[in-house]
Amino acid sequence: MTAVESRPDTTPGVVAKISTFTSRHASVLPTFAAVAILICLLVGAELYFGNFLTPRNMSALLLDNAYLMILAVGMTFVIVTAGIDLSVGSVMAFTGIFGASLLASGVPAWIVVPAMLVAGALIGLLIGVLVQHFDVQPFIASLAGLFLARGLAFVVSLASIRVEDTSLLWLQSTRIRLGDWYVTPTGIIAILTVVVGAVVMHKTRFGRTVYAVGGSEQSARLMGLKVARAKVMVYVISGLCGGLAGLVLTAYSGAGYPRNGIGTELDVIAAVVIGGTLLTGGRGYVLGSMIGVFVYGTIKTIISFMGAEQSWTHIIVGALLLLFIVVQRAIVARSERGS
Amino acid sequence: MTTDTDVPALVEMRGITIAFPGVLALDGVDFFLRPGEVHSLMGENGAGKSTLIKALTGVYTIDSGTISIAGERRSFESTADAQQAGISTVYQEVNLCTNLSVGENVMLGHEPSGTFGIDWKGVHEAARGHLTSLGLDLDTRSSLQSHSIAIQQLVAIARAMVLDAKVLILDEPTSSLDRGEVEQLFAVIRDLKDKGVAILFVSHFLDQVYEISDRITVLRNGALVGEHLVEDLPRDALVTEMIGRELSDLAALSSVADREIDRSGDPVLRARGLGRKGVLDPADIDAFEGEVVGIAGLLGSGRTELVRLLYGADRADSGTIEIDGQAAKIHSPRQAMAHRMALSSENRRAEGVVADLTVAENMILGLQAQRGWLKPVPKAERDQIVGEYMDALGVRPADPDVPIGNLSGGNQQKVLIARWLATQPELLILDEPTRGIDVGAKADIQRKVAELSAKGLSVIFISSELEEVLRIAQRVVVMRDRRRVGELDSSAVDLDGLIDYIAHAEEGSVSR
Amino acid sequence: MTLLKHRLFWPAAALVTLLAVNMIANPSFARISLRDGQLYGALIDILRQSAPLMLVALGMTIVIATRGIDLSVGAIMAVSGAVALTIIDGAGDANSWGTVMLAIGIAVLVALVLGAWNGLLVSVLGIQPIIATLVLMLAGRGAALLITDGFITTVNSSPLSYIASGYLLILPFAFFVWLAAVVVVGLVERRTALGMLTEAVGINPEASRLAGVRSRGIIWTAYILSGVLAGIAGVIYAANIKAADANAAGYLIELYAILAVVLGGTSLMGGKFSIAGTVIGVLTVQALESTILFLGVPPAQSPVFFAVVVVIVVLVQSPRVHRWGRLLGSRFGSSGGDGKMPPVATPEKQKEVVR
Repeated sequence: MTAVESRPDTTPGVVAKISTFTSRHASVLPTFAAVAILICLLVGAELYFGNFLTPRNMSALLLDNAYLMILAVGMTFVIVTAGIDLSVGSVMAFTGIFGASLLASGVPAWIVVPAMLVAGALIGLLIGVLVQHFDVQPFIASLAGLFLARGLAFVVSLASIRVEDTSLLWLQSTRIRLGDWYVTPTGIIAILTVVVGAVVMHKTRFGRTVYAVGGSEQSARLMGLKVARAKVMVYVISGLCGGLAGLVLTAYSGAGYPRNGIGTELDVIAAVVIGGTLLTGGRGYVLGSMIGVFVYGTIKTIISFMGAEQSWTHIIVGALLLLFIVVQRAIVARSERGS
Repeated sequence: MTTDTDVPALVEMRGITIAFPGVLALDGVDFFLRPGEVHSLMGENGAGKSTLIKALTGVYTIDSGTISIAGERRSFESTADAQQAGISTVYQEVNLCTNLSVGENVMLGHEPSGTFGIDWKGVHEAARGHLTSLGLDLDTRSSLQSHSIAIQQLVAIARAMVLDAKVLILDEPTSSLDRGEVEQLFAVIRDLKDKGVAILFVSHFLDQVYEISDRITVLRNGALVGEHLVEDLPRDALVTEMIGRELSDLAALSSVADREIDRSGDPVLRARGLGRKGVLDPADIDAFEGEVVGIAGLLGSGRTELVRLLYGADRADSGTIEIDGQAAKIHSPRQAMAHRMALSSENRRAEGVVADLTVAENMILGLQAQRGWLKPVPKAERDQIVGEYMDALGVRPADPDVPIGNLSGGNQQKVLIARWLATQPELLILDEPTRGIDVGAKADIQRKVAELSAKGLSVIFISSELEEVLRIAQRVVVMRDRRRVGELDSSAVDLDGLIDYIAHAEEGSVSR
Repeated sequence: MTLLKHRLFWPAAALVTLLAVNMIANPSFARISLRDGQLYGALIDILRQSAPLMLVALGMTIVIATRGIDLSVGAIMAVSGAVALTIIDGAGDANSWGTVMLAIGIAVLVALVLGAWNGLLVSVLGIQPIIATLVLMLAGRGAALLITDGFITTVNSSPLSYIASGYLLILPFAFFVWLAAVVVVGLVERRTALGMLTEAVGINPEASRLAGVRSRGIIWTAYILSGVLAGIAGVIYAANIKAADANAAGYLIELYAILAVVLGGTSLMGGKFSIAGTVIGVLTVQALESTILFLGVPPAQSPVFFAVVVVIVVLVQSPRVHRWGRLLGSRFGSSGGDGKMPPVATPEKQKEVVR
């Protein structure tokens, strides 16, 4: 029998290395684009303002966007399966106010924190079951989740509730310093979430099933993978991340507030897409979503440095989102032609 | 070769029956697959091939009958069950995840784990091992997407090997491969056969079936027709078994095939070298005024592809089209309609009916699309058109206001033909208009075609039922393996002659 | 029996039940009084307040019929309100009808452009509707905030407030606005062939293409219509609160609109649409909102009720629940008496038979 050659890299030298790289890692390219955009933003801002790339400023970037980063991790799981979760902002608000009210009524933090996470996960479970077992479109199912969580937030309290619990505030007030750099426990939680998310996506069968489902759900099923479980689980994970973000945001703002996170789902989706995750599923990286959040945060910081309207953030992020979507569409169209 | 009938069968399917609402897809079919053989499953559309395969792979549950694997009774609830039993399937549309790497596709769900999750090095090593055993040298870390369909198919086979498949089902694996790629695939298949794997092979390409198979089972209309060793089944016998000879009361329909056609002027349609890479080799076809041109060939022979290119439903990348002697550019169905062409697709449900709209709405859809939304077809005209065609074609129930989805296949087909006749075409292309419909409706449609062509309409008529083609068409274009192999005058050939032609024409220069 | 089978029976029954429960629980709900030749009462309020949602849902109905969705309607409302009020605010005489009409004209024109943009992304570039309209959903509110300089622009203009709270004859003017929109859209869709072609594109795009339907133009028209109607809705919303609030205008309205459309019996899978159904759906949503307020629930908590309604509605439409329904039906020996549920076979099986 003749051996079949199908290595794309038959030409020697640099060209071969590039072609091997693209055949192996074409899906990382959008994420690299996000990294490039981030670097351009940071360098450009430094050149323009002169005092942008300071340790203080960069540390604040992580601190201010910790909740967004956590939500983005969960959203990445969902979007990689070609789903969407619109409920995350509301889930964050609900778990935040829920936790704050429990604390205010004297429940100890070690009960409150797991309770917040479970509450988030339960809403995610509801969405996942609707999507997987009742064939409801993810968009509609998570919409029900959005309504539910937002309404429940107001059921818990119509006004904001201050948090006096020291252990929760500790998450925010503690600054672990290294020179002028610092990181808070909330920042560490965010980073840990990213790391755990990345490991689950990359190193577990569940994570690979998530990718397979996004690539082709039918194929994944025919390959004998546990598709149903994966599809429910991604929404549970997203809900869990919503609960965690609620915890972090409550610590950050020192209060639970039922109006928190209105429209946050859009920011999260934008950050995830800018980070290189394909909205049609199958491709994306948790680390890319982290970059996407940094891009989002940097744009916000630059705009406040310039003293311009914060509403520019949404316009610029919207434009970036459009750019990425069009480019993704082109990539998908090309690969459809290619195969 | 271990093709003795004495070898105990690895897979024994007995009396398999599967019914869908309104359709008996399989009716007591027996099928046996022995280790170390390549066994082809043959049959036309709707014969029950894919239903049988899906019964074996656990996609469908059987209504009655038994499945035994290696002598043990099994009932499959899911594809995972079938895989556990050692049955793996490679589909025509590769069921892998093109967004993942080659190695991962081979190993997905069976990845070796290290201390900290999946051991990626191990995954790729194992995958490379499996690929090498099939004679494949691939970069396992490359994205599956960057490889051709042929390679993807071989990767799917490698995956089957990971599952330690004893039974490998290849469902039309060659339909999008070129000759060289088919050779590669066949080399792998022969190798697996020698290792004792039982292989179920499905293909529309007769040449390939004869090249690779040891045994052939033929199904027709959900029933078993016969099981033969390949050397006992000449090609025309196979074609006859697949198509059957349905000597129905249809024969009573006066044959119009002998009608004289005046071919001196410009034809209504003249296509030269019309083709598309990987879809259809360049082909010619003419249709004159008042003529019915039949296209004969088995499913997958390129007959549907040819008419789709004519109609602009798919883009041709070579060839020219003339309408009434004038060069015409046809890149979309709209342009084709502007040239007074009409195509009734073979896929009634997906490409024909608009299920939730009423019969009347479906009938005037083409006409309405032509006129544009601002000029609705006036109620009087609509009633007149609907009334006329309901009558002329005998649509049942004779209520134009029921959703077309509620009608039987035959009546849906009549409505679709009415849709196209309402646009007053000069050339009507009918792709399998009589498939899967009852005899009465069939006769109605044939009569209408004969009548219209007598009045000057040109018709291109595709059907798997060769008698029907011979009865209606004056000329028959014969297609095989995605090319046009010849043309016959239907008054000068009988059914056996046509079958023989489909099976053998230009043998020796076959395939691509 | 035929009445039961009518596609609007269940939506209408839901609305009537809701209203009846309200009237029984609180007889003042049904009270309509005539003051100075103008009608007042809870039911009249529902007619008046439903104007923005009605307009948005009307456009959404057509978009959904094409198998699409328009998430940007709330953002378009914010933009159009901001444009209109900024122009009126900047003009010399806020009470001049000319100024107000011009401002509204420009606002609606802007909304039309935004709708055309959505249509471009969906029909020409082939981007999934949900994603394409997400862009504007995100950026639109930012743009509205820029137009109002980040403030809530308040305007005292009598022509403007007439639009939201004035009376024409004995009924609110806003009611006539939505009634006119419903009639115009209804006539255009059903008296021309647009409605049928839209349904054909939504039900079976490929069959429509082969039949020569210009689906691109039809889809584009749907998004433009949705944009224009959202623009008018934005003006009415702003007129009602006498302010352009870029954050609050049309907040979550896309979701309520989708809910209203689905309640009215139009499937999210596209195809057959019912404008009358959407009218009923909107009135139901509005009545539910009023009911919740009547019950003394703070408005902020009302989403919980709507979440429950959404879940019930999607479950009723779900194939799995249909199967359960049929199973129950066959167990109790009733022969296909499950009302509006169509005989859906296992979708997978059915698809396979065709091939």
